[in-house]
Amino acid sequence: MTKIFERPLYPYTRHADQDAVVPVRHKVVIIGAGPVGLAAAIDLAQRGVPVVVLDENDRVSFGSRAICFAKRTLEILDRLGCGDVATEKGVTWDQGRVFFDEREIYNFHLLPEDGHKRPAFINLQQYYFEQFLVERAQALAAEGAPLEIRGRNRVEAIGAHPDHVRLEIETPEGPYEVQAEWLIACDGANSPTRRMMGLDFVGRIFEDNFLIADVIMQADFPTERWFWFDPPFNRGQSALLHKQPDNVWRIDLQLGWDIDREAEKAPERVIPRIKQMLGEDVEFELEWVSIYTFQCRRMERFRHGRVIFAGDAAHQVSPFGARGANSGLQDVDNLCWKLARVIQGRSPNWLIDTYDFERVYGADENILNSTRSTEFITPKSEISRIFRDAVLDLAETQEFARPMVNSGRLSVPCRYDDGPLNGAGAEGLPARMRPGAPLSDAPLGDGWLLDQLGPDFTLLAIDTDLPDRPLPEDMTCLQATRAVSPVLAERYAGEQSSAVYLIRPDQHVCARWVQFDAAAVEAAFLQATGQSRGEAHG
Amino acid sequence: MANLTLSRNIADPDRFYDTLLAVHDELSKDESDALNARLILILANHIGDEQVLNKALHLAAQTGKTEDS
Ligand SMILES: Cc1cc2nc3c(=O)[nH]c(=O)nc-3n(C[C@H](O)[C@H](O)[C@H](O)COP(=O)(O)OP(=O)(O)OC[C@H]3O[C@@H](n4cnc5c(N)ncnc54)[C@H](O)[C@@H]3O)c2cc1C
Repeated sequence: MTKIFERPLYPYTRHADQDAVVPVRHKVVIIGAGPVGLAAAIDLAQRGVPVVVLDENDRVSFGSRAICFAKRTLEILDRLGCGDVATEKGVTWDQGRVFFDEREIYNFHLLPEDGHKRPAFINLQQYYFEQFLVERAQALAAEGAPLEIRGRNRVEAIGAHPDHVRLEIETPEGPYEVQAEWLIACDGANSPTRRMMGLDFVGRIFEDNFLIADVIMQADFPTERWFWFDPPFNRGQSALLHKQPDNVWRIDLQLGWDIDREAEKAPERVIPRIKQMLGEDVEFELEWVSIYTFQCRRMERFRHGRVIFAGDAAHQVSPFGARGANSGLQDVDNLCWKLARVIQGRSPNWLIDTYDFERVYGADENILNSTRSTEFITPKSEISRIFRDAVLDLAETQEFARPMVNSGRLSVPCRYDDGPLNGAGAEGLPARMRPGAPLSDAPLGDGWLLDQLGPDFTLLAIDTDLPDRPLPEDMTCLQATRAVSPVLAERYAGEQSSAVYLIRPDQHVCARWVQFDAAAVEAAFLQATGQSRGEAHG
Repeated sequence: MANLTLSRNIADPDRFYDTLLAVHDELSKDESDALNARLILILANHIGDEQVLNKALHLAAQTGKTEDS
């Protein structure tokens, strides 16, 4: 049986653009059909913006790569039309065990908060994640949405101009050129776009190698995350075991810096290591083995005129804490509604600069978190290791030390505190829902809050009436009551008897009030759409 | 602002000092380092207050410095 990542999913076909005498100009071209490029294409197409995706390949990610997808990502997938298929295929887990040396020092239950449609996160191979996005994109195209994916189209050169970008593309049938009014570079950590434009990508290299092995195993291991610090089978290093769908298990072994990478990857070397870890008589088969190193770094700016960077092309983090693909999806979430508005002439070009502001902030938060996890997992100095081991020793018997154990933190979406689009933030409403915060889901009527939001702006009113007079751009209005939706009222109104929220298309809070005030809503809307500049941005 | 207590606060300093050294008796340098680290974590958790902890960290980092460091 061929694996999904061995099959061409969007094979090369000749396009009329290749025979055009004058290069054809497109609204948006996306380079890269990884998770980020595909999600951006779907988001834009759903907003009616025509988009062409170019990828040098014609299939999904080889091997599993990302496996942990956080709740926010699933919520974004819901918006993009493939949240169900991903959640159904994914493995949901909430139990973990931590080992130090030869002993289990503690186990935990994540106890996720109730009242959310989606779980805290799922494990799913990146190739499935991409497959679902490709299928969704193809379904949209079949329904007539303006979206194309061109396989085996490698971008070779880029010329950035004030009002467009020129692209030279190589195909199996030779080169051709197109132009794009906007280019989104989602071409991964080694981004050729970044290189061709001579842009910086500075940060910190971590001197460590990790062996990733995905093994297929019928064994009855529980659906838990197991993490080892300094285990007997990998002295001085760390190890991780985590379940994925189809009886595939992710094994991640830290190897250190001075190693022979080719030798370490050889099955004769890998198989005995895994046997030591799982036990001699556990039967397994290797699906994918790879060695990786990582860096924590970001571009100084994610927007360069008509070229916008997203995902790994813009920022890279260590895999601890599963923030790569998850944060890339948040980039898309943040960018696409803004770009659509600018292209449709509904907002000024300046709105796109707020993508830069908000997502650079997000990237810094992700880099900070994953750097902290990395320091704990792979201490860089003697004293760092002494404290790390002290935490682990104490954690075995002392509850207080457990929260300090950092084997990777859950990826949570960032709050755009002080963001240029944030409006009023009435006193007395719950802090977690302040302007800039991502919405917390909650049951609303028979369904879920997030499912009922509009594609653009939404006005949510709790225990107060919205007026009959038309709101800007026919924004979606939602009404809730504490009597019917107590959890929602608790999260959004808290102690107050009523609340009104203006919600952005990417499901972050824009502004909020205790009572409805038409003029205030209008002002916040103009600010959030870049039509008037807020205080924060001067 | 929460304060770091810097006035005398231990009733019998000699006895405390004695006990502090006694827990290190017979330990190797590595074992002593590990014990000290655990002790710091236990005390830090007991204090809890981030401002107080930061003041203590700052004070410790500032004292004992030689002129040219
Ligand atoms: C071992 C490992 C474990 C990970 N675990 C997690 C995890 O648990 N959770 C998580 O969120 N993230 C994880 N990540 C990170 C995650 O894999 C990446 O963040 C994610 O793939 C980034 O997506 P992207 O779309 O930005 O880039 P990519 O997936 O790298 O896609 C880039 C695309 O651009 C195409 N391309 C490149 N150059 C050109 C060109 N010149 N012309 C045309 N096309 C081009 C490539 O073919 C590719 O399809 C992990 C990564 C690794 C290596």
